[in-house]
Amino acid sequence: MKIAVCVKQVPDTPAKRMNRQTNRLDRSGEGALNPFDTQAVEEALRLKEAEGPGEVVLVSMGPPTAGDAMRKALAMGADRAILITDEAAAGSDLVATSRALAAALERESPDLVLFGQYAADSEGAVLWAAVAERLRRPMISQVAELTVDNGSVTGRRQTEFGYDVIRAPLPAVVAVSDAINEPRYPSLKGIMGAKRKPQDTLSLGDLGLEAAQAGEQGSRTTVLALHDPPPRGESRTIEDDGGAADEIVEFLAEKRLL
Amino acid sequence: MTTLVFLEHHGDEILKTSLGVLSKAAEVGGQVEGVLVGSGVEPLASSAGKFGASTVLVADDPRLEAALPQPRVDVLAALVRDRGHENVLLAQSILGADVAAGLAARLEAGLNWQLTDVLTRDGELVGRQPALSDSVVCEVGWTETPRLALFRAGALDPVASGGEARVERVEPELEDFSLTAEMVEQAHEESEGPSIEDADVIVAGGRGLGGPENFTLVEDLAKALGGAVAATRAVVDAGWYPYQTQVGQTGKTVSPKLYIACGISGAIQHKVGMQASNVIVSINKDPNAPIFEYSDLGVVGDVHAIVPKLTELVRARRGG
Ligand SMILES: Cc1cc2nc3c(=O)[nH]c(=O)nc-3n(C[C@H](O)[C@H](O)[C@H](O)COP(=O)(O)OP(=O)(O)OC[C@H]3O[C@@H](n4cnc5c(N)ncnc54)[C@H](O)[C@@H]3O)c2cc1C
Ligand SMILES: Cc1cc2nc3c(=O)[nH]c(=O)nc-3n(C[C@H](O)[C@H](O)[C@H](O)COP(=O)(O)OP(=O)(O)OC[C@H]3O[C@@H](n4cnc5c(N)ncnc54)[C@H](O)[C@@H]3O)c2cc1C
Repeated sequence: MKIAVCVKQVPDTPAKRMNRQTNRLDRSGEGALNPFDTQAVEEALRLKEAEGPGEVVLVSMGPPTAGDAMRKALAMGADRAILITDEAAAGSDLVATSRALAAALERESPDLVLFGQYAADSEGAVLWAAVAERLRRPMISQVAELTVDNGSVTGRRQTEFGYDVIRAPLPAVVAVSDAINEPRYPSLKGIMGAKRKPQDTLSLGDLGLEAAQAGEQGSRTTVLALHDPPPRGESRTIEDDGGAADEIVEFLAEKRLL
Repeated sequence: MTTLVFLEHHGDEILKTSLGVLSKAAEVGGQVEGVLVGSGVEPLASSAGKFGASTVLVADDPRLEAALPQPRVDVLAALVRDRGHENVLLAQSILGADVAAGLAARLEAGLNWQLTDVLTRDGELVGRQPALSDSVVCEVGWTETPRLALFRAGALDPVASGGEARVERVEPELEDFSLTAEMVEQAHEESEGPSIEDADVIVAGGRGLGGPENFTLVEDLAKALGGAVAATRAVVDAGWYPYQTQVGQTGKTVSPKLYIACGISGAIQHKVGMQASNVIVSINKDPNAPIFEYSDLGVVGDVHAIVPKLTELVRARRGG
C-alpha cells in the first residue's frame, strides 16, 4: 500500500507571532515538524508494517527550510519526501495550498492520504476536506481508530453527539486525531539514515501550476489588520518549589472557593 | 448582500450554534437564506424564520441521512451557483468545518475560520479571527465572492427576531465520489447521572496525567472539593475517560465557579468549552503551555506531586 502523509513546518517557538509588517506569520525563527503530524506519520508506518510491501511518502508545501522539518518524519521511518517550494507560493491560503498539494498528490496517486489533527500555527483543521474535494476522493476526519482491509478504510471518530464509524473505499483521504497512537521517537539509526533518503523538490511549474494560482495571488482570503486581544484580568503563574499546593489552597481561600 | 447559512441539525432540532450564525447573518443584513440538508428534515425548516431566515432551502433525501460532509458540499455548491449567494456562513463543528473546506475548494472561494464576529465596512465583509492561541486578533477579509466563513463554537448566540420562513424544496444532485463514504454506525451517547454542566467545581484531567490509572488523582481532588471530573478529547479519544465528561468544542460547555486543569495543554478547542469559568487554576509542567495564558493562577509543576498534596490540604480544611 502506498500512503502519502501531508506534513507542515511550523515555527519552533511556543509563542508564535505575527509579523506586523506583512500581516503574515513570523517564520523567521527555527522551524519544526508540526507536532500533530507525528501521529499521522506513525499511523502510516504502522499500516505499512501491517500491510506488507508499501511506501510512505511525505508531501509538504513550504519554504526550502521545511526540508529539515520533514527529515524528522523520515527519521521516524517514512521512505521519501516531496517538498513543493516556490517563492510564488508564499502566503498561500487554504484554496491555494490545497490546489498545490492536490496536484502533487495526483502525480503520486497513493492509496491513502493521511493528515494530522491540525497545523499548530493556523489551527485550521480543515485542509484535508479541501484536498479530498480536489482529488474527488472520499474523506474521513478526526479519526481516533483506523483499520484498513479489503480495499477499504474504516475510521472511528468523535462528533458532538458520540462516536461515528465511517467506511470508505480506497483510495481515500483520512485525517487523524492526536490520540490515535503514541508516535515513536526516531532511533539514532533512523536519524542517520534519514539523510540518505530521497528528498525531492518541486516548483509550481513542475506541477503544471501558474504562479498566479498560488501564494497571495492564488488566495481568496486576506489579513487586513492585527489587533491586541482584549486585556485579561489579574493573573499569575508560579513555579512549584514544593509549596505549590499550599499556594493554591491560599488562593482558593482568598477567592472564597473553599 | 445575499447570505446562505448552513443549518446543521441533530435529531429534530437545528443546532443552537447554527441559529447563532443565522442571527448574525440577519444582523449584517440583506437577504438571508438558510439551507437544511438531511432526510426527513423538512418539518424543522420553518422554525429558522424566527432567527432571521426569509427562506429555508431544504434538500431532503434518504441519501443525505448520514451527517457526512461531501454530499452536503454538492448541495451547497449548486445553491450558491444557481442563486448567487455572496456569503456562505457556517458554525464550526466536526461536520461544518469539513463542509466549508470542501466547498471552498469546489467554488475556489476564500474561507476564513475561527471567526468570533463579522461586520460590514464599505460594503465589504470583515471578520474577526483570534489566532495563535488567542494572542492576536486578526481582521480578515475576502478578495472576491462568494465569501465563506466558519464561526467558532459558542461565539454567537441565537437572537429571536423574525417570523416564519418560506420553505422551498431543492433537488440534490450528488456526485458519485460524494456518496462513497458510508456511515456504518452512528453512535449516540446517552448521558447518565448528573451532568458536569451543573457542577460548581470542576477538576479536569488531560494527557499530562500519564495514563488512565492516574485519573484517581483528579477524582480524589474533585471529591474533596465537592466537584465533578472532566476530561479533554485527547484522553477521551484514547479511552481513558468517558465521552460524557469531555469539555470543549465537541464536548460540553461549562462555566463553574472553579475549574482546575491538571495536565491539560489548553488547546483552543478545549478553551472554548471552559473559558467562561469564574476562576481557572491550572497545573502543567510546561511553562509555555497555552493554558497559562487564560488561567487566574497557573502552576508550573508536576501533577503527580502537586495534586495529591492539594487534595490532602483541601480535605484538612473542609474536614472531608
Ligand atoms: C494564524 C493563521 C491563520 C490562518 N487563517 C487562515 C484562514 O482563515 N483561511 C485560510 O484560507 N488560510 C488561513 N491561514 C493559512 C493556512 O494556514 C495555510 O493555507 C495552510 O497551509 C492551510 O492549511 P491549514 O492551516 O488549514 O492546515 P490544517 O487543516 O490545520 O492542517 C491539517 C493537516 O494538514 C497539514 N498541512 C497544513 N499545511 C500544509 C502544507 N502546506 N503542506 C503539507 N501539509 C500541510 C498539517 O500539518 C496537518 O497535518 C492561516 C495561517 C495562519 C498562520
Ligand atoms: C475539530 C476538533 C475538535 C476538538 N474538540 C475538543 C474538545 O471538545 N475538547 C478538548 O479537550 N479537545 C478537543 N480537541 C483536541 C484539542 O485540539 C487538543 O488536542 C486536546 O485538547 C489536547 O488534550 P490534552 O491537553 O489532554 O493533551 P496535550 O495537548 O497532549 O497536553 C498534555 C499537557 O500535559 C502536560 N504534562 C505532561 N506531563 C505532565 C505532568 N507530569 N505534570 C503536569 N503537566 C504535564 C504537558 O506539558 C501538556 O501541556 C479538538 C480538536 C479538533 C481538531
